[in-house]
Amino acid sequence: MDVKALIVIMMSAVLVNNYVLSQFLGICPFLGASKELKSSVGMGFAVIFVMLLATTATWPIQTYLLERNGLGYLQTVVFILIIAALVQLVEIVLRKYVPTLYTSLGVYLPLMATNCAILGVTIANIQKEHLYLEAVVNALGAGLGFLLAMVIFSGIREHTENADPPPSFKGIPVTLFSAAILSLAFFGFSGVIENMFGS
Amino acid sequence: MNMIVIAVVSVTAIGAVCAAMLSVADKLMAVKTDERVARIEDCLPGTNCGACGFPGCSGYAAALVSGNDVKTNLCTPGGASVVKQLSEILGVEAGEATRKIAVVHCKGGCTQLKKMDYNGIQTCMASKQLFGGAGACTFGCLGYGDCQPACPHGAICMENGIAQVIAENCTGCGLCVKACPNQLITIDDVSETAVVLCKNIEKGAVARKKCTNACIGCRKCARECPAGAITIEDNLAKIDYEKCTHCEHCAEICVTHCIQLLAPQARRR
Repeated sequence: MDVKALIVIMMSAVLVNNYVLSQFLGICPFLGASKELKSSVGMGFAVIFVMLLATTATWPIQTYLLERNGLGYLQTVVFILIIAALVQLVEIVLRKYVPTLYTSLGVYLPLMATNCAILGVTIANIQKEHLYLEAVVNALGAGLGFLLAMVIFSGIREHTENADPPPSFKGIPVTLFSAAILSLAFFGFSGVIENMFGS
Repeated sequence: MNMIVIAVVSVTAIGAVCAAMLSVADKLMAVKTDERVARIEDCLPGTNCGACGFPGCSGYAAALVSGNDVKTNLCTPGGASVVKQLSEILGVEAGEATRKIAVVHCKGGCTQLKKMDYNGIQTCMASKQLFGGAGACTFGCLGYGDCQPACPHGAICMENGIAQVIAENCTGCGLCVKACPNQLITIDDVSETAVVLCKNIEKGAVARKKCTNACIGCRKCARECPAGAITIEDNLAKIDYEKCTHCEHCAEICVTHCIQLLAPQARRR
């Protein structure tokens, strides 16, 4: 396995196939927790953390347990089960050993349990037939992409909060508009990876 | 049929393993929580305003039971009744509840005098960024009422383009303090009867031209204060409340009326 392939996977997960802006997964934390830079960064790191953990746990289960026994179709149910349990476990461990991290992640950690971006990444890793290391790198990239999208969007939102849109656009509509424009901006990355690395 | 059984059994097995893992982890890594914390949180107002200096009501509750000698009278929105309840739960003597309210340090004599017409975004924050606001005085109330929505108790109203605190509604939580781009609002102890309602640090003559109520740093109050509690710093009167005897003399003699008494109805409660 060469490093170049891993870089391609990483870059494409962060920029080209950004899970929020190109694949429209994890929209609800993207809109819900992006009001302030601080909370968006907190959410972003929580997502990176849980995505990595979820992938490291679900990939072996899918490959060595489900597929060996012809139970591949149980993927979604089992993954949801495992992610939810994992998030709970992480919460318990953090509360005991790293209380500072526990309090700073706060409410975002339990929110992760039902985040579609997490489930999306774990399932995409299986569908794209990634190897174990590739899957982990892809999860890391997806998490970083989420963080990037959150930080950029919270910056935009701090401006739209101050702006004076027509009354009918106030609040969520103008937020959705700016999300759409940001998503269009990220569309500009498509093709960059293919041309840069020739793959 | 066989397929269904296998699927059901395997999902149940995975679920059971997860459940067992979680319950073992919960037992092994249980964190002891003081049952007083929940009771304290019940009596606190729950607005998470941060006036106590701790991150939210639960932060204050945790600090109280930690045994680090945290005072029970730090919750200003709760007032005397909360102090009493907290002291009962913790079994300590109740400290004196100090009632605090927000004070807008501007009397707004400058509202008439504009240095320009401002037609931009109608918020204090936005207008402040354009040459420090439309008013001649760049230290005073900008008048677009950014503080008004910040108040959860409806205690701020705009009168003649100046933010006014309705003392009866104000709990002293301090959420408006952050909203003001000119840092005009402070949370003051109601026992501090006289307050300087000006933040203009320009020289007397300049300040006077811009605003009829500006503190011109004339030193009259500093000379006449019987307790010697008033000093002039940056062309602005400053009252040292450690020395102040609440004689209210300064408020009577101030030539521009920028030293004022806190509203009497605020003091009564």
